[in-house]
Amino acid sequence: MKLIPILTLLLLSGGVHAQTIKIGELNSYKTFAAFLEPYKKGMELAVEEINRAGGVNGSKLEVVSREDGGNPGDAVRVAEELISREKVALLTGTFASNVGLAVSNLAAQRKILFIAAEPLTDKIVWENGNRYTFRLRASTYMQTAMLIPEAVKLKKTRWAIVYPNYEYGQSATASFKKLLSQAQPGVQFVGEQAPPLGKIDAGAVVQALIDARPDAIFSSLFAADLQKFVREGNLRGLFKNTAVFNLLGGEPEYLDPLKDETPEGWWVTGYPWSEIKTPVHQKFLAAYQKKWKDYPRLGSVVGYSAIYSAAYALRKARSTDTEQLIAALRGLEMSTPFGPIVYRAVDHQSTMGAYVGQLSGKGGKGRMVNWRFADGANFLPPFEEVKILRKE
Amino acid sequence: MSLSSVLIQFTNGLASASSLFLVAAGLSLIFGVTRVVNFAHGSLYMLGMYFAVWLAEKVGFWAAVPLAAAGVGVLGLLIEISLLRRIYKSPELLQLLATFALLLVLKDAALWAWGAEDLLGPRAPGLAAATEIFGGAFPQYDLLLIVLGPLVLVFLHLLLSRTRWGLLIRAATEDREMAGALGINQRWLFTSVFALGAVLAGLGGALQIPREPANLGVDLTVISDAFVVVVVGGLGSIPGAFLAALLIAQAKAFCIGLGFSKATLVVEFIVMAAVLVLRPQGLLGRPAALPRGPGAEEPPLSSPSPRLLRAWGILVAALALLPLATDGYALVLLTDVLVFALFAASLHFILGPARLYSFGHAAYFGLGAYAAGILFLQVKLPMELALALAPLAAGLGALVFGWFCVRLSGVYCAMLTLAFAQITWSAAFQWDGLTGGSNGIVGAWPAPWLASKTAYYLLTLLACSLAIAFLWRAVHSPFGYALRAGRDAPLRAEALGIDVRATQWAAFSVAGLAAGIAGAFYAFSKGSISPEAMGIQRSVDGLVMVMLGGIHTLTGPVWGAALFTWLQDAAARNVDYWRAAIGISILALVLALPRGLATLAQRRA
Repeated sequence: MKLIPILTLLLLSGGVHAQTIKIGELNSYKTFAAFLEPYKKGMELAVEEINRAGGVNGSKLEVVSREDGGNPGDAVRVAEELISREKVALLTGTFASNVGLAVSNLAAQRKILFIAAEPLTDKIVWENGNRYTFRLRASTYMQTAMLIPEAVKLKKTRWAIVYPNYEYGQSATASFKKLLSQAQPGVQFVGEQAPPLGKIDAGAVVQALIDARPDAIFSSLFAADLQKFVREGNLRGLFKNTAVFNLLGGEPEYLDPLKDETPEGWWVTGYPWSEIKTPVHQKFLAAYQKKWKDYPRLGSVVGYSAIYSAAYALRKARSTDTEQLIAALRGLEMSTPFGPIVYRAVDHQSTMGAYVGQLSGKGGKGRMVNWRFADGANFLPPFEEVKILRKE
Repeated sequence: MSLSSVLIQFTNGLASASSLFLVAAGLSLIFGVTRVVNFAHGSLYMLGMYFAVWLAEKVGFWAAVPLAAAGVGVLGLLIEISLLRRIYKSPELLQLLATFALLLVLKDAALWAWGAEDLLGPRAPGLAAATEIFGGAFPQYDLLLIVLGPLVLVFLHLLLSRTRWGLLIRAATEDREMAGALGINQRWLFTSVFALGAVLAGLGGALQIPREPANLGVDLTVISDAFVVVVVGGLGSIPGAFLAALLIAQAKAFCIGLGFSKATLVVEFIVMAAVLVLRPQGLLGRPAALPRGPGAEEPPLSSPSPRLLRAWGILVAALALLPLATDGYALVLLTDVLVFALFAASLHFILGPARLYSFGHAAYFGLGAYAAGILFLQVKLPMELALALAPLAAGLGALVFGWFCVRLSGVYCAMLTLAFAQITWSAAFQWDGLTGGSNGIVGAWPAPWLASKTAYYLLTLLACSLAIAFLWRAVHSPFGYALRAGRDAPLRAEALGIDVRATQWAAFSVAGLAAGIAGAFYAFSKGSISPEAMGIQRSVDGLVMVMLGGIHTLTGPVWGAALFTWLQDAAARNVDYWRAAIGISILALVLALPRGLATLAQRRA
């Protein structure tokens, strides 16, 4: 019986070809190493699984991975190299918004498919969206929207906001203000702090927030900024009587370094990897731990799912032709460790969700409690709104 | 702000000032004596943090701090003996290149040793809580820092004023040649100063771990802050550094306290620009003593031989024929090389013949790039016109900033250019409506007839080679002679009726214009422009290219640009630790060819 699938595979592939399909991947591995090292491991796991199962359309999958130098200029050059020298079938990767947008724009110019794996910026699928670009992860807007129901339930009226001063923090703040004001008319925003990314002067920022006397705080800090903010806030008692919402705060990349400083009760989006018991996740977790002897971070899931997105698209299109790949990805339904997702035809955004929950630091180690899965499909604006934003 | 919060923010500022002072004091000491602008000082600070976090788990926080500082001190000792000692006699700023390479190597070494994840250190045992002051909670540990800063200041003051070693240091800072002539062993003096500076950097880093996680980005953040503090305070002046640290930390704390947190992006550079314009030698610095004799003389540039001119003509012709052989990636890479060759040549135009140091040349590159994007996408000019007009914006910027910069010399001039560059950068970063903020401008692609790689490459080749040829020609024109006269003997040049300052100002503006051409071509080759195009990194890259090629040659910077761009491209593709690979390559080149790549050709000739 086992022979049959193998035989069909052989038939489909038209014999044993040593052909490979190349996927071009570029990312800021040295600039955002904490996120991207696990991301690369996830990617390699996916490639291994896909090729062990016979590859795609009878060919092996090969990921050609490149360092993009962390800035748009170098990234565009690297992408050009992948396109013209490596002749890749499609592009994927990128982390920061500006790099993602630049590569997305290049993809439209060179007419090649680009699956933006990690950039969170709303603009990549909306204002600056183009038909060659698809985005995997739940965007800034979606993750902000996921926190809104809990924020409304608390009925706090005085909100202060702190965010890293660049695209991601700015748009998280704008979305949060807009969505909360709609859901809870009369809410006041009493203070706003926008420290430069990676350079927060945490003591002064925390003191300024204390002076604003908020009931609740919305933060989109992450990485070193978040750690400094948490320690100063804990020391100075900012969080004692204040509810805090922190976008991305539950992602292992940013949560694990907090250890015994982990603040209690913060609402965050993240990834409680050890507690998700769905069969798809269990399977992913076991395979990842077997291969890498380490637990997955959020980046691992993103890298893994990005490669699978490419593989499913190639499979559905039965071709590496860009137009057919676009047609295949539009409305593509597929499975990820977070469950099924759809790449929406209207704006090329996937409906990948995120986990929303509260932080707890019992035992000197941060984890997420009271969490639930928020399906991305439920946190996107209506089609009409999206169509107005996309200027196609 | 209530009175209580004013007082607490002031106290916050004091704590930050102490941290800032520790790292700046080391940098200032090292510069004062050795004249080395130590780019790797931030890396030593970063290593202090990593050492301390790592040791704190084993021996506890309080033992980890001195151990980490001592460890970094030993490392500093090794760096000085094995590397810097060999290149003190090399052209000025070459040490900058070497320490920049060191920064790349140390960053990757830390990544290799401690991994990518941020490491938050423990709270300091015994000072782990907050205490009540001015009606608010204030971390006890920060109170310790507030005391430590002045203590170190007093210690350094006593060391410098009461010990024989301090006497020698002061003598060497004041007049290096004279100290040498009096028989002071400079080798060990330099080594000990560098080691002490390293200890201070390591101490600063180690003391910071209860407040900030050890992370790989801290080296660059710290080095730019420390440079600013040192220059604002006055180079080589320790009390000046303390005062400047205080001024800048308070300015930041109150920007945040008063609700202008976005201004913290740039406030230190505004302070620095203001100080340098009003008091060019820094708050407590003394004007540099005039060099004795004719100064650092440079061999005059000879006019290029007809053979050399023919060789360049053949090279350009070969480049123009290249599209016959390939239409692939080689053209993309070469477009980058040409753009950066012009950028490096324009930087060299003020660095070499005028000896006006610029750490902020990316401002003009970026102005050209942004102007191209804005004229094309917002003003809706045709692409060709946008490309042609954009460099004027850079020239105009250079004209304005240059007026201030040429009034200073040496590192002060360099830091003023850096301050202007950072102010321009932050304007591009914040001005969402015009520049697209941190995302930048997207969608600036060439007109259809230039859209193919071949067409755009050829146009870039034409424009960049013409611009470079113009710059080289200018160096050999009467204007160029006046410029070099002003560099080699300013007093004699003035006596001959040359307006040295005006000549330099003109050169600065021309260099800005040329960088703007490079920037505009860069913008349309990438289709997008974001603030990185005018960031510190771009300025540093330019310096590295010029230094690699050799500052005392005319053609070197072009080779340096080609080598550096190729190296970045090749290393990033083939090596995991590509930053270290670039760093090691640069170090090898510096040690083998201390006068730059172009000397290879000269030696053979």
